[in-house]
Amino acid sequence: MHIVILGNGISGITAARFIRKLSDHQVTVISSETDHFFSRTALMYIYMGHMRFKDTQPYEPWFWKKNRIELKRARVERLDAAAKTLHLQGGETLSYDKLLLATGSKSNKFGWPGQDLKGVSGLYHYQDLENMEAYSPGLKRAVIVGGGLIGIEMAEMFHSRHIPVTFLVREKNYWDAILPPEESRMVSRHIRENGIDLRLSTELKEIIDDGKGRACAVMTSSGERIECGYVGLTAGVSPNIDFLKDSGLETNRGILVDEYLQTNLPDVFAAGDCVELRQPQPGRRAIEAVWYTGRMMGETAAYNMVYDSTAVNPALPAGRRHPYNPGIWFNSAKFLDIEYQVYGDIRGNAPEDHVSIYWEHPEGRKSVRIVYDKNTSAVIGFNLMGVRYRHEVCEKWLREKTPVESVLQNLALANFDPEFYKTYENEIIGIYTRQSGSNLTSKKRGRLEEVIGFLKS
Amino acid sequence: MNDSSLSLAQPHGLGLSSKIGLGLVGVGLLLITAAWFGANLPAANILLATALLSLTAGTVIHARGLYLHLPAGIKNNGVWMRSISSKGAIAWLIGIVLTGFYVLLYWYPEYLGLGTKGAASSGLVGFFDPLSKLLNGNPASQWFVYGTLYTVAILAMGYKFILKYRHNRYQVVRTISVMFFQTGFAFLIPELLERLNSGKPYFDKDFKNMWPLNYDFFFDWHIGNMLKGGGFGLFMLVFGIAMIFLISPILTYFYGKRWYCSWVCGCGGLAETAGDPFRHLSDKSMNAWKIERWLIHSVLVFVTLMTVAVIYSYLAQNTGKVLVSKEAFAWGSAAFFLLGGALVFAFRKRFEGLKDQTAWLIGGVAVIIGGILLINTFSDAKQILFVNSYDLRKVYGFLIGAAFSGVVGVGFYPLMGSRVWCRFGCPMAAILGLQQKFFSRFRITTNGGQCISCGNCSTYCEMGIDVRSYAQRGQNVVRASCVGCGICAAVCPRGVLKLENSAVDLSTRTAETKAIHIGKEGVSLV
Repeated sequence: MHIVILGNGISGITAARFIRKLSDHQVTVISSETDHFFSRTALMYIYMGHMRFKDTQPYEPWFWKKNRIELKRARVERLDAAAKTLHLQGGETLSYDKLLLATGSKSNKFGWPGQDLKGVSGLYHYQDLENMEAYSPGLKRAVIVGGGLIGIEMAEMFHSRHIPVTFLVREKNYWDAILPPEESRMVSRHIRENGIDLRLSTELKEIIDDGKGRACAVMTSSGERIECGYVGLTAGVSPNIDFLKDSGLETNRGILVDEYLQTNLPDVFAAGDCVELRQPQPGRRAIEAVWYTGRMMGETAAYNMVYDSTAVNPALPAGRRHPYNPGIWFNSAKFLDIEYQVYGDIRGNAPEDHVSIYWEHPEGRKSVRIVYDKNTSAVIGFNLMGVRYRHEVCEKWLREKTPVESVLQNLALANFDPEFYKTYENEIIGIYTRQSGSNLTSKKRGRLEEVIGFLKS
Repeated sequence: MNDSSLSLAQPHGLGLSSKIGLGLVGVGLLLITAAWFGANLPAANILLATALLSLTAGTVIHARGLYLHLPAGIKNNGVWMRSISSKGAIAWLIGIVLTGFYVLLYWYPEYLGLGTKGAASSGLVGFFDPLSKLLNGNPASQWFVYGTLYTVAILAMGYKFILKYRHNRYQVVRTISVMFFQTGFAFLIPELLERLNSGKPYFDKDFKNMWPLNYDFFFDWHIGNMLKGGGFGLFMLVFGIAMIFLISPILTYFYGKRWYCSWVCGCGGLAETAGDPFRHLSDKSMNAWKIERWLIHSVLVFVTLMTVAVIYSYLAQNTGKVLVSKEAFAWGSAAFFLLGGALVFAFRKRFEGLKDQTAWLIGGVAVIIGGILLINTFSDAKQILFVNSYDLRKVYGFLIGAAFSGVVGVGFYPLMGSRVWCRFGCPMAAILGLQQKFFSRFRITTNGGQCISCGNCSTYCEMGIDVRSYAQRGQNVVRASCVGCGICAAVCPRGVLKLENSAVDLSTRTAETKAIHIGKEGVSLV
């Protein structure tokens, strides 16, 4: 059987690796972007000089040959699902028995005047990085539009090259739809502390042409004109599926898939950023364009393509098909120098029955937020700034709906900061004690054997 | 803050104080160079103090100007763009100068001004006489010059490293430790002890310098000198043996080899401080790892057999004068290694990490035992295996002791990274590494599914470990070569790595894939 994977990002490559682990099927991965898989989240570090492009590639070139994963650099123009054939640019065709669409995202453009000028780009593909690089020499100022995770990355990138940055954020504070108010303000402060010109509650109105087809300035919603040589559009991403529109594939914003990541077309699956789940799990979005869900979908798709109900080998256990189950939400990022981790349900605008225990370091660059349910006192989420918590420990507390007092007494188990770091469990417990009147003390020291014991319990 | 002109808080290039600092370093280097080339300098003691102070203070001022105006955090911007840290022209220049210095130091010290045939030293070596006389009462040797400059480099660059990682207490504490052990244990204490024991024959007085890094510890002259060195000499002999067989295995069991390699050792100290700007240059390929394993373990086998041969020929020459006969020693040491091999074989199933390594370990032990038996069969007082045992140690001293550890080890910093010697050659690191891999509580734990495969951990691993390959599949990092510097955990932008110790899962700490999503029991996240 020939399995073709369209896209060599984290979803496509994870799927390819697991298909190889599970079977001997022929696997071909097609990409028009790069020859080899690289970590998309690491693009910023290439521009900043922390790593070379080759350092962002998790597998050496021999890996693909050894694992018999064929890599093909080509652009797919059309999918003919009836003939199970892909039509490539240049007229070549490629037939498949099963197809995985893992085509990723493209940067959003909301119809701004001037959005297609030269010197205007998002940051998603390797080519976006090349574009930023090409416009960087002599650049006097960059304007970044959109206060999300990619926007702050792009701001940090230009800043690292001593290029002044103006950062336009529509919201009242940086990323405040996702981050609770205190954390959102902390990041806003930190952006300014670094010398980045952050403009809150400000939108882009227009990008101005210098007369030669290149951006030379932007107009903001406050009527200000900001001269710049580069405009970064980072107001989110959306599924990259335009070339699939006439293939008979059912799409909405993304490629619609069932819980087995199967599309409406026979033997065609989809995974990663380009996917829109027909029935997302409660509390989760239908499109979740993050690294981690992309990786989980790639693995799930591999199982379901190899062990599909119409499996070539009926002797294989049918039970090895797996519905996509992303489990408890987690994510992470780094805002300049402040690391961020989140586990569970943390919202920018918390409902009334979500109660927060919020501790912030006096220097304002570290904080811990633990959210629990007002009625059941079960823990709901953890939001960490500049403090590291153990994924497995937080996940177990969340999965078991552990009462918040038990979490607090054992909080040292979650701490994942390096040795010799100051710990803040007692301060956090103190805040809860003042809030609730109940008297708690820390029961654990956070030694690894305690953690291992807890995870096995 | 609506004035966009305020947003250039990270100006180009070096600030003024940073430049002044570099200027001072230049003054220090100029004085040393002038002295080296025989300039007849007045008030040499004041000038020597000026030179050393300029080097230190200049680096301190430079580092403060470099880091203190920026928020604390990872400072790797532009690392792969600057000539000095990306194998550019400046890197080659520094590499050639350093390599040349080591060649002179090891083989042509007269060009550094060392007096020959009893004459007083001049030039660079003579320049350091005042300090040497102050500390140990004797004129300087080329080794004193080297030790002083080495210590100054660790102190000054250690301060710079502390500022660079001032947000990370593990890095700060660890760096204070290497600065302390270099200044106290490697430099001042041995010099002062030399002074207190003047008149007695020379033996090594660095408490932390153990066999086989200190490969001449068991040489006949060294053992002889320790035996002639009174109570203190005898103590150093017993302590040295205890370090190898008792103290270092126990500490490595508890904390991993880091207690030595990145907290105490002088080679490690220089690599972690002066070598830090070059740590990313280590080769991370699978091929490099293969070469590493063959090379470092070959050096270990070589140093072991050489040491056995040297002791054997010492015993052969002193039959009747020493308690142990040469045959008893040969059979005894063969039995010792046999016992070690048997223990490994017996426990191979108890430890995940031993599973696919048994053949290698048994093979290494077999080579050593075979070598010992051959020595015992085909040797006499002068000839070890048809080779003069003095020639054997000369070859080791030249190839490993000087060329590898010094010339390549430090001279190639700007081209191959700061841990070439520690990774490919150091037999001490090899022994501690075997202990760490098979019998230590230490590991680097990975944090569930949070890895984004970015590659910062692997890039900044000075030992060339592909940390990411473990992190992205949620496996603990348990590697013989890991020196526990903790930089992977520091540069990780997602908080995925932590250096930890525990005995409860000693036998399974290398188990694969804790972060798998679809397991035998169905879907399990993390």
